[in-house]
Parts: sequence; C-alpha cells; structure tokens
Amino acid sequence: MAHNPPGPEQGFVEVETVLDERHSMESVTDKISKIPLTPTLPRPILAVGMLALLLLGGLLPSVVILLVEGTGVWGINQPVGWGFAIINFVWWIGIGHAGTLISAILLLLRQEWRTSINRFAETMTIFAVTCAGLFPALHIGRPWLAYWLFPYPNVMEMWPQFRSPLIWDVVAVSTYATVSILFWFTGLIPDLATLRDRAKNKFVKIGYGIASMGWRGSARHWQRYEIAYLLLAGLSTPLVVSVHSIVGLDFAVSVIPGWHVTIFPPYFVAGAIFSGFAMVLTLSIPLRALFGWKDMITLNHLNNISKVMLATCLMVLYGYGMEIFFAWYSASEYEGYMKFNRMYGPYWWSYWSLILCNGVIPQLLWFKKVRTSPVILFFLSIVINIGMWLERFVIVITSLHRDFLPSSWGMYYPTKYDWGLYLGTIGLFLFLMVGAIKVLPMISQFEVRELLHKKQRKH
Amino acid sequence: MKETNNNSIYGVVAEFPDGESLLAAAHRVREAGYTATDAFSPIPVHGLTEALGIKPSKLAGLVLLGGIAGAFGGLGLQYAVSVEFYPHIVSGRPLFSWPSFVPVIFEATVLIAAFAAVFGMFILNRLPEPYHPVFNTPNFQKASTDGFFLSIEARDPKYDASAVRALLEKAGAVAVTEVGKHPDDPE
Repeated sequence: MAHNPPGPEQGFVEVETVLDERHSMESVTDKISKIPLTPTLPRPILAVGMLALLLLGGLLPSVVILLVEGTGVWGINQPVGWGFAIINFVWWIGIGHAGTLISAILLLLRQEWRTSINRFAETMTIFAVTCAGLFPALHIGRPWLAYWLFPYPNVMEMWPQFRSPLIWDVVAVSTYATVSILFWFTGLIPDLATLRDRAKNKFVKIGYGIASMGWRGSARHWQRYEIAYLLLAGLSTPLVVSVHSIVGLDFAVSVIPGWHVTIFPPYFVAGAIFSGFAMVLTLSIPLRALFGWKDMITLNHLNNISKVMLATCLMVLYGYGMEIFFAWYSASEYEGYMKFNRMYGPYWWSYWSLILCNGVIPQLLWFKKVRTSPVILFFLSIVINIGMWLERFVIVITSLHRDFLPSSWGMYYPTKYDWGLYLGTIGLFLFLMVGAIKVLPMISQFEVRELLHKKQRKH
Repeated sequence: MKETNNNSIYGVVAEFPDGESLLAAAHRVREAGYTATDAFSPIPVHGLTEALGIKPSKLAGLVLLGGIAGAFGGLGLQYAVSVEFYPHIVSGRPLFSWPSFVPVIFEATVLIAAFAAVFGMFILNRLPEPYHPVFNTPNFQKASTDGFFLSIEARDPKYDASAVRALLEKAGAVAVTEVGKHPDDPE
C-alpha cells in the first residue's frame, strides 16, 4: 500500500521546506493515523506517562490537604497574599497562548508552516488552560463555591462587581477555554472521520464514528466548515490578545509599586507567546524524533519558531527596560526602591536568573546554527520556560513583599504543598498530553493533505 | 437498468482519481441539468461548490448576528447588575461606568459568535448524522484519505440510472456504482 518517501539523503532538504513533497495524500494520512490506531506507544512516551503519574500522585495529597486545612498550608500570608497560585496560573495561561497564536493568527497570515504543528499546539493550549484554571479555583479556598464568581440570581442577592479586572479575568479565561475547545474540536472532525474509516477494531470504529459526528466530506459540509474555521480563527485572534492583556491588568490596575505600570498588558502578551513557543519546542522536538515526523515538522519549522521566540524575547526585554525607565522617570521613591529591591534585595537571585534565562541565553537564537539544531533548541526551550516562570515570580513576590511601609514588609517561602501542587499540574499536563497522543492525530491530517495538494500543484 | 423499486435507491456514486477530475466532472454534471448532486472529498476542493451550483452559505451572517447578540447581551447584563440589581459606588465611578464594561462586552461578543460559528455549522450541516446512504458506496472510506466522489441522487427529476452512469463514466470516473439507501440493499 502506501510507502514513505526515501530517506533525507535523496533530495529532501529539511531547512528549506515545511513538508516533504514526495509524500502522497495516502502516505501522510497513513503516517499520522498509524499512531492513534496502534495499541502501543513508544517506550520513551510511556516513560513520560509514568513520570506524569508519579507527579500526579503528588497532586492528590496537595489538593486534599489544602481542602481539609485551608489555604494556610501554602506559604501565603501578609504581605504576600498571592504566591505560587497566581505565578503558576499566569505561567500556564501564557504557555497556552502559543497554541492559539499558531492555529489562529498564523492561519490568517497564511503561514504554511503552521499546518503540521497546529494540532498539538492547540491540544497543549487546552491542557495548559486546564492546569491554569486549577490554581484560582483552589486559591479561593472553597472551590465548590467557584460558581459564585458568575452572575446569576441567588438568594443572597449578591452580584459580581464588573469594574474589577479579576471578574474580567474570570470571563476572559472561561471564554478562552470554551473557544479553544470549540476550535480544537472543529479542526478534529475530518481527522476523526479518517480514523473512523481506518480503524479495524469495531469498538474503536464506533468510538471515532460518534466523535466524528458522521462527517463524510460533502462539498456542502466543507463549504460551511471552512467558513466556520476561518471565522473562529478571526475570533480567536483578538481573544488571545485580550486574555493575557486582562491577566496583565489584574496586576496593573492595582497601586502596588512594581505592578502600577501601563506596559503590563502588551508585555504580558509578548511574554505569553515567548513561553508558549518555548513549550511548543519542548514538545515538538522529542515528538518529531520519536515518530519520524522530520518530513512534516522540519528544521524550517524549528527555525521559524525560533525567530518568533527571538522577536518576543526582545519585546519582553524591552518591557524589563521600560520597567526600569518608569521607576526612574516617575521619580516615585517607592517605584525606585521596588526596582532596587528586585535587583539587590533578598530575592536578587530571582531577578538575575530571570535576566539570564530570558534575556541573555536566548540571544543564541541570532545564530542560524542554533535555530536549526534540535538538541540545543530543546535545552534552550526549557531554559526559557524556567525564565518565564521566574518572571512571574519576580513580578508577584518581589512587588508584594515590600510595599510602602517597612512595618508591613515580609518574606515569602513556598511550602511543600505549593511545590506539590505545581509539580502536580506539570504531571497532569504531561499525562493529558500522552493520552491525547494515544487517541488523537497529533498532526492535522486534512490540513497537511491540503498543503501537500497545493504544493504539488505548483510544479 | 431501470429500477422498479426506486425508493430503496439512494443514487449513483462515482469515484474520481483526483480533485481536478472531480471538479471537471462536477461542471459536466451541472451542465447536463442535474440538481440533486453532491461531492465528497478528503480536502476542501476549491470551486466545487460553484461547479455544483451550491448556494453560498448563510453561516457568516449567523455568526455576525451571534456577535451582535453577545455584545448587547454583555452590555445588558452588566448594566442590569451594576445599575439595577446591585448598585454600589466603586472608586467614585458612576453606576453606569461603561468603559470598565468593555472587556466583558468583548468577551461575550467572541463567545456567542464562536458558538454561532460552530453550532451553526453543525445545524446547517445536519451533524451529527452517523448514518448516511453514501457510506454504502464501495471504497467510500477512501473519501477521508485520498478518494474523490460525486453523487447524483435518485430524487433528481432527471434521474435515470443508465444515463447517469454513462455521463459519469464519460467524465472520467474510475468506478461508478448505484448505491442503495440501506447497507443490505442490492446494488
């Protein structure tokens, strides 16, 4: 039946193309659908799944003890009332943003290289938002009352206060999660139909048959499908910008020195894309090696992702610079002290590690050799993920721990429950990703076929 | 091959080797005057809807309406809550402080428009529809990989099995089959 094209030595230059054009529609479909239709996963992925289970084992007691004892088991207190929970929330939401950027904005910009990475980037978005959502839900202390955040008629006659960015955040993040799931599922329908048509096992076939809703590729269906897909991309594009802007406003609207800056919304959006693309690299580099996807996720992809990371890295650096400028230009002694305290106070190590991880090391991306070297990029992406986590740590902790009055200064130390919950969400994320790799096509089959068709027509 | 039990016949389905020949065949079928036609492909084939004479979809208008409904819904909700149900002064702003309502209005617009796009697409496409007679076509599982199919249904006023078959074969079909409405109907 279908056969894969011959090896890379025979006229396929990875750096120059986004798809090996010697594929046929059948061979790409075979290659992608083989993974969910095979009963086993490669060992390294199973190992990641086991590690994820281990971390998930830490999540359970962290949540249970938190619910039994209350948020006092965390390191939060006066003056640092927002600790790991908000750091991790912003970190996860930011990671999610790359998925929407790739699937929506790059679609509108007609970037061909989005096609083979959009599916797992969107999957990553949904799971990252899932992890993010856990933190505010648990931080309210009584998560079973989280619905109090929504406007609904109740016997207490209480209503949300719509002038607060925290309520905007509730609306923005829940809208973002909903629209991301809709977009992701819409993209999956034709691919689920492919899996239904290829499954040999009866129950698997029925499962994919239900999920694909009876998609048959009718011309009438495609017509509406394409309109819906394009409009969803158009709707998601401003949505993703709004979500992280509102997350930025959570901080910027307050009067605490270090949070009281107008640059926060755009600088948060740039940081989100920076960390999200780093996570896309962290996931795609091992996946392309394990599944032999080098003909679909090429060095060209890695090069392009790296360029986006370099651009957003520079934007984030501009943000760091502007924070210093604002502190000086405002002539406010509190702002000035805040900046001094960040650099030379008790948390100096976090500021300088942040500059090292997010500012200095990513400058390697100026070199094409680095941008096309998967191994270096993989480690670089992890460094950036750590750097972006440190950025949120610096913003949250160093701003809160010393505000206006020295009498209300204090230190913040995370407890084992903080760490357990944080590492637990990483486990949850990895576990969900492994599960998705097992049951869903992690590269969009119909879009790759379409791209292949388009490229082959050109010759 | 005139059918006596015409009610159990869905129509004639032809398979084509690629999108271009499917498109060309669609033009010929429409010129021959058939209207109850459809095409099935693993990728969207551009120009196919025009070739088959399928009307432009109303979906985009529906999404616009959804967006407008979301915007006014979001504004109305915040007005009702902040002015009518629970009026209280926050940082000295008037009760109807509309600039601080903009973020939620925007989110509501996107949310309802996205619902309109996805669920509007499902409803107009009549999905989910797990069973459809065209699935009885031999080799139809290729329609989600690399098969291109064209159907002329029996409910077409001009339908005549042998004439349809001849037309499709002339248009370059690699296989033409008369398909029943039920899986066990004879071909």
